[in-house]
Amino acid sequence: MTTTAPETTTTADGRTIGPVVMEMKNITLRFGGVAAITDISFDIREGEIRAIIGPNGAGKSSMLNVISGFYTPQEGEVWYKGAPRPPMKPYEVARQGIARTFQNIALFEGMTVLDNVMTGRLTHMHTPIWRQAIWKGRAEQEEIANREVCEKVIDFLEIQHIRKTPVARLPYGLKKRVELARALAAEPSLLLLDEPMAGMNVEEKEDMSRFILDVNDEFGTTIALIEHDMGVVMDLSDRVVVMDYGKKIGDGTPDEVRNNQDVIDAYLGVEH
Amino acid sequence: MLYRTSGQFKTTYKADQALFPVRQDAILLGFILILAWAVFPLMASEFTFQALLIPVLVYALAAMGLNILTGYAGQLSLGTAAFMGVGAYACYKLITIFPGMNIVVAILLSGVFSAGVGVLFGLPSLRIKGFYLAIATLAAQFFLVWTFEEWAWLYNYNASGAIQVPNVEMFGTMVAGPLATSTTQYYLVLAIVTVMTIVCINLTRGTQGRTWKATRDMDIAAELIGINLLKSKLTAFAVSSYIVGVAGALFVFMWRGAAEPNLFSISLSFRILFIAIIGGLGSILGNYLGAILIVALPVVLNTLPHTLGIEISSATVEHLNIMIVGALIVFFLIIEPHGLARLWALIREKLIIWPFPH
Repeated sequence: MTTTAPETTTTADGRTIGPVVMEMKNITLRFGGVAAITDISFDIREGEIRAIIGPNGAGKSSMLNVISGFYTPQEGEVWYKGAPRPPMKPYEVARQGIARTFQNIALFEGMTVLDNVMTGRLTHMHTPIWRQAIWKGRAEQEEIANREVCEKVIDFLEIQHIRKTPVARLPYGLKKRVELARALAAEPSLLLLDEPMAGMNVEEKEDMSRFILDVNDEFGTTIALIEHDMGVVMDLSDRVVVMDYGKKIGDGTPDEVRNNQDVIDAYLGVEH
Repeated sequence: MLYRTSGQFKTTYKADQALFPVRQDAILLGFILILAWAVFPLMASEFTFQALLIPVLVYALAAMGLNILTGYAGQLSLGTAAFMGVGAYACYKLITIFPGMNIVVAILLSGVFSAGVGVLFGLPSLRIKGFYLAIATLAAQFFLVWTFEEWAWLYNYNASGAIQVPNVEMFGTMVAGPLATSTTQYYLVLAIVTVMTIVCINLTRGTQGRTWKATRDMDIAAELIGINLLKSKLTAFAVSSYIVGVAGALFVFMWRGAAEPNLFSISLSFRILFIAIIGGLGSILGNYLGAILIVALPVVLNTLPHTLGIEISSATVEHLNIMIVGALIVFFLIIEPHGLARLWALIREKLIIWPFPH
């Protein structure tokens, strides 16, 4: 696992995997005396689907929160687009082109689907407030231009029919999809998905898997995801990081990880 | 039948995003505007101007300011009256220091002072939320009213401790003070309130509105999506206090004619909050509906039994008013937290598909 030099490879299904976009270098995160993450390093390359898996409490979500700037690690560096990232606020991270979804849906319940998706584009909208107050002119043009981008995403995720529905009225599976739409609307260079399939039935999982693959294929979006369903993870991802008790115990292609003894032990248990 | 929307197709996003995508709404609004600009002023008596028309507009504007903060950005405030006071005192000082200043300019400028004070008292919102923030704004309420009482410079060292609106002329017409006519004052208030309403609609339907609503609905997600919470909340405090300040200046200069510090007490804050709640939090239309209800209710209670020949003492009327308003607030908080505006939206939805149930 030493891929710091830019290189480009092509996968079996014809997608291009580019150079490293994000690299975690020896990250350690502690909450008081509890070490959530201990000395973990891995990288995410452009255009790939990277999965982080592990048993409950392994530190996967903490890892995602470190990437999205919600937690600042005590040790280690986060390298983004070839430069170390200074400690920054989550909203600054988002403005660098990192979008995410949440384990427990975090949509804006008081707004319609369209408004939620449009909120995802806030990082692209810069009309000053006094021009918004006048509306005619720049604010309106910006609104329409961004609406077009959002409509493409809405079209892509097949949620046209609920466009004007308040989010609070939607069932769980659709909410998850709207959340993905909101993240996609930002046109992120790195998309973080925190358990995109948690609590879904088989059919919904299949739909979601297809959307994730399509997003990656169509827009070339780099995706890092956390997921519990091993079958889904092995089918979707190009490379997998396995965590257990805050440590990295495996890293590689799904096949490599599947045959890794440490990973098997962590998942199936081992006699001590 | 009247509300049929079939046949009204949208072919551009611009048309879809129009303020009134349904034609009937535009017609209804046009009708109301004609009433407000032409019919009411011609028909209204002095009493109607002073007891109904001007108060409704001023209260609706103040509630709109509060609604930006509480309804859209989700920051509870109990200091509305104090911020109105800042606007009123600022306007008074501007007019007395620069007697030649145009009154409209003075009113619009006084909002700036209120916005500044609002941002200052909004700073705690970065750390505290909900009821705790309400307590912090309560501090603003008491501190500012105390300032109005103690800082004699604010009321030009009047022996009475109150501010008296001087006669103000604009383009040869008396617009404020004892010599101004109600019609002139009504038109001035109507013009300012109309412009402010357009600004509020524009701000809440676009990027800024979504930023505020995101902050209100889920602040953590909002931050991770790229919203600077500090900026979002302080902008809400600034815009809200600006509007409330302008409403305060209108309140004293175009309606009351004089004001003492107690006028801006907590009871006025609650009155504005009730208008916003009954009208509907997170709605612009609701402020008008709420203001109409709160202002008209005591007037109706005073005159209706009289015309029906029932004798009720004015004290009873006062109590009845308090009881009904109280019951309405409880009703709306439990049954329809989004207020009269949501009721209207539901009626509209039903009318569009009538006579079919869905």
